[in-house]
Amino acid sequence: MGGQAMTLTDQRPASEPRIVYNEGYLDEQTKRAIRRALLKGVAIPGFQVPFASREVPMPRGWGTGGVQVTASIIGPEDLLKVIDQGADDTTNAVSIRQFFERVAGSASTTHTEQATIIQTRHRIPETPLAAGQTIVYQVPIPEPLRFLEPRETETRRLHALEEYGLMYVKLYEDIARYGHIAKTYDYPVRVNGRYIMAPSPIPSFDNPKMHMSPALQLFGAGREKRIYAVPPFTSVESLGFEDHPFEPQSFERPCQICGSEGVYLDEVITDDAGGAMFVCSDTDYCARTSSGTSTEGAPQ
Amino acid sequence: MNGEITAGAPGVMARAAAAGEEPSDDFRREVGGHADESGGDMCAASGKVLSVREAGHRYGDRFGCRGVSFDLWPGEVLAVVGESGSGKSTLLGLLSARLSTDEGSVRCQTSGGELTELATLSEREVRRLWRTDWGFVHQNAADGLRMHVSAGGNVGEPLMANGWRHYGQIRARAAEWLERVEIPAHRMDETPATFSGGMRQRVQIARNLVFGPRLVFMDEPTSGLDVSVQARLLDLIRSLVADLGLAVVIVTHDLAVARLISHRTLVMKDGQVIEHGLTDRVLEDPQAAYTQLLVSSILKG
Repeated sequence: MGGQAMTLTDQRPASEPRIVYNEGYLDEQTKRAIRRALLKGVAIPGFQVPFASREVPMPRGWGTGGVQVTASIIGPEDLLKVIDQGADDTTNAVSIRQFFERVAGSASTTHTEQATIIQTRHRIPETPLAAGQTIVYQVPIPEPLRFLEPRETETRRLHALEEYGLMYVKLYEDIARYGHIAKTYDYPVRVNGRYIMAPSPIPSFDNPKMHMSPALQLFGAGREKRIYAVPPFTSVESLGFEDHPFEPQSFERPCQICGSEGVYLDEVITDDAGGAMFVCSDTDYCARTSSGTSTEGAPQ
Repeated sequence: MNGEITAGAPGVMARAAAAGEEPSDDFRREVGGHADESGGDMCAASGKVLSVREAGHRYGDRFGCRGVSFDLWPGEVLAVVGESGSGKSTLLGLLSARLSTDEGSVRCQTSGGELTELATLSEREVRRLWRTDWGFVHQNAADGLRMHVSAGGNVGEPLMANGWRHYGQIRARAAEWLERVEIPAHRMDETPATFSGGMRQRVQIARNLVFGPRLVFMDEPTSGLDVSVQARLLDLIRSLVADLGLAVVIVTHDLAVARLISHRTLVMKDGQVIEHGLTDRVLEDPQAAYTQLLVSSILKG
């Protein structure tokens, strides 16, 4: 990630317009500012660091925070994987991969083990992440207390003073109303025994994967202008009551394509007569399991 | 010594002293057994919940209230009465550390049992006081409640803020308190938005007492309610105060409320305390001209 601007025009056919982008699209000053925010985020796990979110060529809410984080850490030698709800082949995932191929000269992959950077919306891959990998989450609402306390000044104070009674009110209400904690995505976690953090809208099924993960986890919220991080091997504990502890979602049936059990399933509507099948949400994992290719270290 | 303890206009004190009565001391002998003031050191393990000396808060170059002095003991209800704009709410803000003490001193009892100057506490410590030692009942229940969280959740929240993490225990305690304030058990999971004004006010009281505070501030807790509900609520407050040994500062413009529940009364006008004494004494035998006017205009008939 040198400080030099790099032209990419020489890598492209002569017919394309000669627009020169800096490596990773963002200018060097911006990348430095974002890296400073990332460093601070890593130093204070779970703390939301404000940053000056820039415009990127996609609308706010489509992953601009994740794109800016990725842009400031990616280099030509990186292998990028982008998933959208577990899938490598959705429009948003494909266009973000192509974007970085063009502006950062990075190569792309769909293989979880091979990727050095994984940008994700709403899922953590089934294949366990390894040391040296970085996972970048796209975050819509970084503030876990937001819908309970609308004032930003107040929520920052609550975080600073570690006053988290409010978060439990939400869980209390769920149990009082439904008999169990009904929140199944964006399930609040306590990071390193200190800050309460929104894990982005990943299913609560994925929450245990964040705990003591060997990979570096970075979170970018472009619209809300916040960056936060969980360094490798950091405790990430999902909240719960002593008599109603956190329980991740579970699925009774296996994937109907690859037969895997203990994975997160999507319901796919197959006809207009009520037919549906349940298949892996992680397309890379599913494809390789069903083709018999080894998926090292996959869950048993 | 006594001159320091009793707030208010010098004339009032002079008259009281001449009559051989020092109202607040009398009261202490009757109720708390705290009559020993000889030490002169107000700090020394006195059991006071609040000790205020010549305190004032300034808005720009004007004082919202000024020169207020009094002590508050556990089990004691102090009413602050006066017309609107007389500085009652400013005084309440000052005592509860929501407004700064620009003059004089406000000392409160902290968990160690000692009196601590409010102004020296950090924000963290003040918020800790709010969580563990102080309650605040707002005039408008919507200010003190989360209107779209169930009544049980509202009452349970202070417990969760104090580190309770067992759902069953939180719920049981919340249910116990809702019962105490006469909210039917089957409405525990409904939100205060669906409650009547009187019920909301009772939920608010439960929320403020559930964690066992020492001191509760009440800002016109009954003023929006009709008379019969008001009377029941005052009854409830009175019995809770007696059971729990709370100290209460209640701000009201209604002398009838002061008469019903308070032991001592502070009369304010233009940001000053003009009269201070046992409630019965103040209302039966008002000394200051303004108090005489107030009493004669309201309590006749």
